[in-house]
Amino acid sequence: MKTAQSLGLALDQGQRRAVARLITWAERNDPRAYQVLSERYANTGRAFVLGVSGPPGSGKSTLTDAFIRRLRAQGQRVGVIAVDPTSPFTGGAVLGDRVRMNEHATDREVFIRSMGTRGHLGGLSKATSAAILALDLYGCDTIIVETVGVGQSEVDVMRVCDCTLMVMVPGLGDEIQAIKAGVMEVGDVFVVNKSDLAGARRTARELRAMLDLNHGEWRPPVEQIIATQAEGLDAAWTAIETFISFNAEGNRAYQRRFESVKHELLGLMQSAILEKASQSQAHVLKIDELCAQITRRELDPYSALNQVLAILFSATR
Amino acid sequence: MSEVKQANPIRVLVAKPGLDGHDRGAKIVARALRDAGMEVIYTGLRQTAEQIANAAIQEDVDVIACSILSGAHNTLLPKIYKLLCEEDAQEDILFIAGGVIPDEDIPGLKEQGVAEIFTPGTPTTSIIEYIQDAVKREGKL
Repeated sequence: MKTAQSLGLALDQGQRRAVARLITWAERNDPRAYQVLSERYANTGRAFVLGVSGPPGSGKSTLTDAFIRRLRAQGQRVGVIAVDPTSPFTGGAVLGDRVRMNEHATDREVFIRSMGTRGHLGGLSKATSAAILALDLYGCDTIIVETVGVGQSEVDVMRVCDCTLMVMVPGLGDEIQAIKAGVMEVGDVFVVNKSDLAGARRTARELRAMLDLNHGEWRPPVEQIIATQAEGLDAAWTAIETFISFNAEGNRAYQRRFESVKHELLGLMQSAILEKASQSQAHVLKIDELCAQITRRELDPYSALNQVLAILFSATR
Repeated sequence: MSEVKQANPIRVLVAKPGLDGHDRGAKIVARALRDAGMEVIYTGLRQTAEQIANAAIQEDVDVIACSILSGAHNTLLPKIYKLLCEEDAQEDILFIAGGVIPDEDIPGLKEQGVAEIFTPGTPTTSIIEYIQDAVKREGKL
């Protein structure tokens, strides 16, 4: 599996090492990954992608584990992408989500991959979209994407999945947290996990009250669950299915995927331009020179940007 | 600039095979490797050889680092290596171990696929350097 051709062949044969290596290549921004995916993109988009997000320690991995069990009982092949934060200082990371999913570690129909954010903000890593495509090509019926523990602005997950599940817990300082933008706006379905703890009903009630103020045709349902005991999971899964059928009406599903694709393409353009700027030594020197001028207040960043764009795009032609 | 960009971090599975419940050593090593800029996948206590080999393959790690204190190293470590061989993954993955392993067992384990063994008292810097050198030497990244 050294070339795109040989890996592609192994992937088409359903070899799991090919999937694993394809994700590695995508994480390293290796052109071979994009070659493999380009040739097969028409065959993707079959899997149902469920995003699982929520604050740190809310039980995302435990709930993911419970969902894997449920989907396996239905005979589905399940993919999991679990994202954890990378240290911005050392570039290292400890990815520990598998600890909660060990039961499935030897199940050949479950493919779990841990990813570090590697400097990407937004709750996912840059290669998450490519990893979803890889698992889709591997034949996963459902792919669960578990984000890092989110605060308010990590909302990338809604751009890669068909349904976003927000996992909340009692005692987050509810009144204030519930008002904050971001998290409240990206959830299609909410669960209050650890509902055996005090204050769970109040949290659920406050969430419902806040969600009632949302504009839009879909009012996200709020279910109380205890993931460790598999309590309330039927209701939670029914809520997800209700959202899927709501989304299937008209061209909502198409529109959602269109927005995702657009977000992805714009993101790729952004990184391609940045890469172009850093590729040639002349460009790097020019950017440093402009920064020096800006620092000395001889130039402003806005005019500098115009100069940079002029250089980058004249070089293209 | 305090932020360091490391394009392709080394991926390491830190695993605890078998039935001992002592993971402080594994956690310290995991933390040290993380601070050295590696991506560490930690899978928790009491893992079977099958669980470790499967996780290593799905995660496409460069290194498996097993911490074992139970005395079952002569059984479990060769078994993990055998499972990697069945998937043709042994050449892509550096397999190392640490923990309470008697000196007389080390040559036998090395014959059965374990590249290096770190016994108690090894500074974490030695493990980091070993991994970095070996991964570079094999041209894995």
